[in-house]
Amino acid sequence: MSHQEIKFYQTGTFTVGNRLLEPDQRSVQASMERTNSLNSGHRACQGCGEALGARYAIDAAMRATGNQLIAANATGCLEVFSTPYPETSWQVPWIHSLFGNTAAVATGIAAAMKIKRQKGDRRDVRVIAQGGDGGTTDIGFGCLSGMWERNDDVLYICYDNEAYMNTGVQRSSATPPAARTATTMPVGPEPGNVFGQGKNVPRIAMAHGIPYVATATVADLRDLEYKVTKAMSVRGARYIHIFVPCPLGWGAASHDTVKLARLAKESGLFPVFEAEYGEVTGVSKIRRPVPVEEYLKPQRRYAHLFGKQPHVETIAKIQAIADANIRRYGLLEAGAH
Amino acid sequence: MDKPFAITLDPGSSLANKTGSWRTFKPVYLDRLPPCNNQCPAGEDIQGWLFHAESGNYEAAWRHLTRDNPFPAIMGRVCYHTCEGACNRGRVDEPVGINSVERFLGDEALKKGWKFAPPAAESGKHVLVVGAGPSGMSAAYQLRRLGHRVTVYEAGPMTGGMMRFGIPKYRLPREVLDAEMQRILDLGVTLKLDTKVDNLLAAMQAGGFDAAFLAVGAHIAKRAFIPAGDSARVLDAVAVLRSMENEDKPMLGRRVVVYGGGNTAIDVARTAKRLGAEPLIVYRRTRDKMPAHDFEVEEALQEGVMVKWLSTIKQAGGADGTSITIEKMELDANGHPQPTGELETLEADTLVLALGQDVDLGLLNGVPGLEIRDGTVQVDRNMMTGYAGIFAGGDMVPAERNVTVAIGHGKKAARNIDAWLRGGSYAPAPKHELAAFEKLNPWYYSDAPKTVRPMLDIIRRQSTFDEVQGGLDESNALFEARRCLSCGNCFECDNCYGVCPDNAVIKLGPGKRFQFNYDYCKGCGVCVSECPCGAIKMVAEDI
Ligand SMILES: Cc1cc2nc3c(=O)[nH]c(=O)nc-3n(C[C@H](O)[C@H](O)[C@H](O)COP(=O)(O)OP(=O)(O)OC[C@H]3O[C@@H](n4cnc5c(N)ncnc54)[C@H](O)[C@@H]3O)c2cc1C
Ligand SMILES: Cc1ncc(C[n+]2csc(CCOP(=O)(O)OP(=O)(O)O)c2C)c(N)n1
Ligand code: SF4
Ligand SMILES: [Mg+2]
Repeated sequence: MSHQEIKFYQTGTFTVGNRLLEPDQRSVQASMERTNSLNSGHRACQGCGEALGARYAIDAAMRATGNQLIAANATGCLEVFSTPYPETSWQVPWIHSLFGNTAAVATGIAAAMKIKRQKGDRRDVRVIAQGGDGGTTDIGFGCLSGMWERNDDVLYICYDNEAYMNTGVQRSSATPPAARTATTMPVGPEPGNVFGQGKNVPRIAMAHGIPYVATATVADLRDLEYKVTKAMSVRGARYIHIFVPCPLGWGAASHDTVKLARLAKESGLFPVFEAEYGEVTGVSKIRRPVPVEEYLKPQRRYAHLFGKQPHVETIAKIQAIADANIRRYGLLEAGAH
Repeated sequence: MDKPFAITLDPGSSLANKTGSWRTFKPVYLDRLPPCNNQCPAGEDIQGWLFHAESGNYEAAWRHLTRDNPFPAIMGRVCYHTCEGACNRGRVDEPVGINSVERFLGDEALKKGWKFAPPAAESGKHVLVVGAGPSGMSAAYQLRRLGHRVTVYEAGPMTGGMMRFGIPKYRLPREVLDAEMQRILDLGVTLKLDTKVDNLLAAMQAGGFDAAFLAVGAHIAKRAFIPAGDSARVLDAVAVLRSMENEDKPMLGRRVVVYGGGNTAIDVARTAKRLGAEPLIVYRRTRDKMPAHDFEVEEALQEGVMVKWLSTIKQAGGADGTSITIEKMELDANGHPQPTGELETLEADTLVLALGQDVDLGLLNGVPGLEIRDGTVQVDRNMMTGYAGIFAGGDMVPAERNVTVAIGHGKKAARNIDAWLRGGSYAPAPKHELAAFEKLNPWYYSDAPKTVRPMLDIIRRQSTFDEVQGGLDESNALFEARRCLSCGNCFECDNCYGVCPDNAVIKLGPGKRFQFNYDYCKGCGVCVSECPCGAIKMVAEDI
């Protein structure tokens, strides 16, 4: 797809690096000089996808901007696990806002940087806002929509773990149907979260017509780095939505984090694409098609769908969501089954 | 002070928080045994030499390979490469073309004139090797490299054993054989041709040898009782193939019937075809029961060799000596061929028997303590016979009979002879656990189908002794090497370094692999799951 494919070196573009690659073909994460913007010692759970996604994204943005970067951060796991007083894991200028106003704080920083440049500061300092799905799709949504609508020069990154993890796994508008959370228990005739419309923030972002919108997962590092780098090469409002499995909230094994992200993409449940000015310009094709069960089964938040009497109908409804994504974004290569 | 924008003071860093204390399991790097290496009868470190070939360092690859096997150019042509059957990549798309890369390296070495390094020091010991076939010459090579003086006694006029007097030229060109043999002699191995050992102990005493390695092969053709008329022309396959190395080619006539189903039967039939005859193979059982490798049967059929399966020979040499009688067989419930009484007469100028070979054990007369069973010499784990200081290997000991096994025996015997001469015993390094397919994460390997080697066109295969199978060139050999999954051995893909959510993997730099920073590793295991080649495992912490 979008990022530069590497000619065959055993592993193509799939691994983080490879000793045989030319230095300019290596990912940021492969570099011994990567900034480790989110450093060791943070208190995220074992195998946290959000911690991984944040380091991937911010390191790439640091590389793209020559380390001229400020990050504003909404409340959520990412903030709490990285900055318990008096320590910080951030190796980037970083400001904590509130749960709901990160986009607005970032807008303010971007405006301040613009004024500084106008007053002769030669440095071109760029701004990132970041938050969880709750902070993005629910409480922070008004500020975010405003930031897009004004086309403020900010890259907003949402780390989507599909619930309010920091406060104990409550449902958000990004929680998928049938998933168990503390507030959508697996009881009653339709256990788990409802099958509703959901709130597809990447598409809402596209509807704002902003210069760049993309989705990514922690399972495809090169694609993620490509998208962050591309976003930093553009001015105006940009939005990247990164899928980050949460072992604790999903009831998954800590070692399955990357695997689950991969299965979400390969099953079609999480479409990976990019869009410019409201038009889809690239999609990551499915490489090894899998049924949704393969993704759902390792997660205890879906355990009620399996067991002795599997909820075949519910699973079929989830498969239908994946199939709709596959059709809408053309996720299958021609000829793939 | 190289601090990012707006940072002037060191913040209180979370590095103060040693999250490694959370861990109940910890990841450790390990080298697992790749299935190819595990399978190789010569004990080659296939993954190890492919690793060098992958970076285009063919000389390093060749040097690594030849630690275990001095004949890559021969191997790349005649080895039955069971490694490829074991190759994990076979479960992804197709096995790595190990054999074709080996041949490329072997040919490259001959082209560039790479030589073996002479031994660092002389041991002062003198070892006799009997037989200059693959097993004897493999032992001679290894012994010489260990610093011993080595003399090879060979009954025949040239080196190579069955590789020269059995395997036809169209599969193993003689320049290749000669060059790889010469390179061993260049190490300072003494070779005495036309020197048949009749009495081993006398020969050892006369030459003042400290130990001996026997590798005389199996050269006596087995016979079957077939009623034959006086005029019947019955030959044995090994004799026919041997005479191909002489000035006078064998007189076979037009219609040649070959009796047997092994590789020798195939080779002799294909040879007859090239001499202008019409060969027909007669075999008692079905095609899938043939001991010959199926690819060889297939190649023979392509060249126009005919085969009658489920048939035995009842009578050779009819009235005028130009026919044979065969009987149709059928398989009984146990899959054994049983006669049906149904007979057929076929024209045949010559009948060639390819029924296997026995070992000529004459040289062992008078050696006490030996155990001979089923016509082969019994050896212990260290390849030593019942007589201390006399070792044996190759076709003359009980094992599969092929070049690769013979070479492996030679190597193993050499190491044990070396230890024995030094008054100790050889302790092989403990085997690593197997890098089974389930230990890999195949997602990370991009699609790359196997490179097919060129084959000589069929007309020339039917009429000349030119080599049938071609080799790879530099570009596709490199590609093929890079198809290796590096099972169980780190190939520095940086995945562990990348996927750790805690930045707890330290990259040590090119060629130096990685190290865990256990101060911060929480033991999530993502690195283990995402390591493509299974070079990390989790072990319980003792808490
Ligand atoms: C037709 C044919 C085709 C084959 N094709 C293949 C193939 O494609 N791939 C494969 O892997 N294997 C093949 N084999 C099997 C393979 O050739 C043998 O397994 C292998 O050569 C055995 O090696 P060796 O060193 O034990 O014995 P040999 O190769 O038989 O060498 C023994 C040597 O010892 C010498 N010798 C014997 N007695 C004495 C004595 N008393 N004093 C001194 N010297 C003596 C002989 O002259 C000979 O040179 C083939 C065999 C045949 C017959
Ligand atoms: C106004 C406000 N309401 C509620 C909270 C409590 N709170 C802190 S984090 C959080 C949930 C965060 O969820 P999400 O944004 O998805 O991030 P995650 O922890 O899942 O990464 C909540 C409800 C708060 N800090 N501020
Ligand atoms: S609860 Fe989930 S998102 Fe939060 S630190 Fe743990 S794994 Fe990461
Ligand atoms: Mg969340």
